[in-house]
Amino acid sequence: MESNRDNPIERQDHQDHVHRHDGDGHVHQHPLQGDFTSHPPRPGREQLSHIQGWGVDLDRKNRPGVPMERTPPRFINQHEGKLPQQPENVEVLVSCERSGITPVFGTVQPPQGVSGALRRLAFKWSESDMRHWLLLLLADRVNVVEGIGDDLASGKVPNVLGEMGIKAEWQYNKAGLAKKALVAGAVVGTAVYLMRRRDR
Amino acid sequence: MLAMNYRGPYRVRADHKPDPVIEHPGDAIVRVTRACICGSDLHLYHGMVPDTRVGHTFGHEFIGVVEDIGSDVHKLKVGDRVLVPFNVFCGSCFFCQHELYGNCHNTNAQASAVGGIYGYSHTAGGYDGGQAEFVRVPMADVGPMVIPDDIHDDDAVLLTDALPTGYQAAEMGDIQEGDTVVVFGAGPVGIFAAKSAWLMGAGRVIVVDEVEYRLEFVKRYAQCEVINFREINDMAAHIKKITDGMGADVCIDAVGAEAGGDVAQTITGRYMKMQAGSATVLHWCINSVRKGGNVSIVGVYGPTFNAVPIGNALNKGLTLRMNQASVRRHLPRLIEHIRAGHINPKEIITHRIPLEEVSDAYHIFSSKLDECIKTVLIPPSAREVRAVSASAKP
Ligand SMILES: [Zn+2]
Ligand SMILES: [Zn+2]
Repeated sequence: MESNRDNPIERQDHQDHVHRHDGDGHVHQHPLQGDFTSHPPRPGREQLSHIQGWGVDLDRKNRPGVPMERTPPRFINQHEGKLPQQPENVEVLVSCERSGITPVFGTVQPPQGVSGALRRLAFKWSESDMRHWLLLLLADRVNVVEGIGDDLASGKVPNVLGEMGIKAEWQYNKAGLAKKALVAGAVVGTAVYLMRRRDR
Repeated sequence: MLAMNYRGPYRVRADHKPDPVIEHPGDAIVRVTRACICGSDLHLYHGMVPDTRVGHTFGHEFIGVVEDIGSDVHKLKVGDRVLVPFNVFCGSCFFCQHELYGNCHNTNAQASAVGGIYGYSHTAGGYDGGQAEFVRVPMADVGPMVIPDDIHDDDAVLLTDALPTGYQAAEMGDIQEGDTVVVFGAGPVGIFAAKSAWLMGAGRVIVVDEVEYRLEFVKRYAQCEVINFREINDMAAHIKKITDGMGADVCIDAVGAEAGGDVAQTITGRYMKMQAGSATVLHWCINSVRKGGNVSIVGVYGPTFNAVPIGNALNKGLTLRMNQASVRRHLPRLIEHIRAGHINPKEIITHRIPLEEVSDAYHIFSSKLDECIKTVLIPPSAREVRAVSASAKP
């Protein structure tokens, strides 16, 4: 069984092609792969024994069993009877792949404003339709602008650099921060220069 | 209450929000004592997940104390110390009946593909997450598990997602004794997948990443071989070369939509959104695994499509398995492993940061600063449980 496995190193040494040009032909000479009948070498148990817990779940009876989904489930307190229905107190968008709203659902950040209108539109299409997802992504970007508007309207100027973690950047990545500042400075400087030149 | 608040890509802050209330008789309100930032939170943070609304609170990995319960909650009582699996699930639908808790059909009205997940956009149900002082926990008799007295809080919080997901990744790979397992991604899930591969009898475990400190960490923690893909020209060819021309028996994708390492994928998937994120790791898995091998995917991909080399998978006769982890199913076994010392989850926590500093916490984790592996956020109302050291490294 190990007979073909004795020369992996040697095989690697011959890995490179030999190129030869004789007459007008271009001849490639490849190393030989060798017969591929053998089993790859595998470490023995004694070689692996230093690894903490090695093989404790080798017997799949010990595993929670992903490929073997189970009925009934083992570890949960299953709800008895029909699930009570959660009342709908805010607008919830429901996938059109469903027959109705689920007994339990999330209610945070209901759709609002322009982004909300885009989201409502997106939910006209199913999850297998690209338009659904592209509209939601667009709505997300619009929502960011709305968020800044909401902040300003409530008298709060968002500390954008702070929200992006500039304190941590300063603490752990001064070089990176300096580079970013330099690039930003150069961009602004060039823009100002170009604008001034156009004014003249 | 104080809560993490999403304001747009790369922008989050700690804000005051109204306390959550009981909205369904099966709900509980949990006072959070620890909440992790997860690699999949970064997909939200980077604006990759559709329907992530401004004002959303992230955090699907948290533990806490039951503060209030609805009229239909019978098994859980106020004061219980609980760990909450990241899936919001009912326990009684067809899918839950088959232990597919990540695929519950009763808790996410806004999609039919994915079940409910705490703090994971409206695509995953529109529930606020646990990076806050309080959180609404639906189906409280079903999801949460009372934390056994001998299980440390830091171990418990890693049982809500990272460890079970890594374990399930290895299990879906159907590892046989002596198998060569390649794990892509040296984040927390990849680290635990590597560790779990040994428990299931792997003969060789190789972890691939691009960040040197993460590779150093996983090499030490999971006693595995490592490859920095920045030093490799062709992943598939390299894996074949180091496995006697065979390829790996099992490949695990613990990265998902934001993989680096391929310019075309990065541009079309991450920048132009022409596909649902970069599928570089999927390509590597399919092309590096041996014929007839298994590919296991737990890295998160967004909807709806990716350019995946399905023809290669067909020609090679591969088995592909993937899912959001069904956390609850794995807990009893994983607790046994922690007790037996087979695995020590809390050793991967490198940062403990007050919730007030959530902006910096996200930036540190996202930009891989300060040799960050796993970050735990601690709300002000849980300060008495706050660990003594601010940045205890294992
Ligand atoms: Zn997670
Ligand atoms: Zn269910």
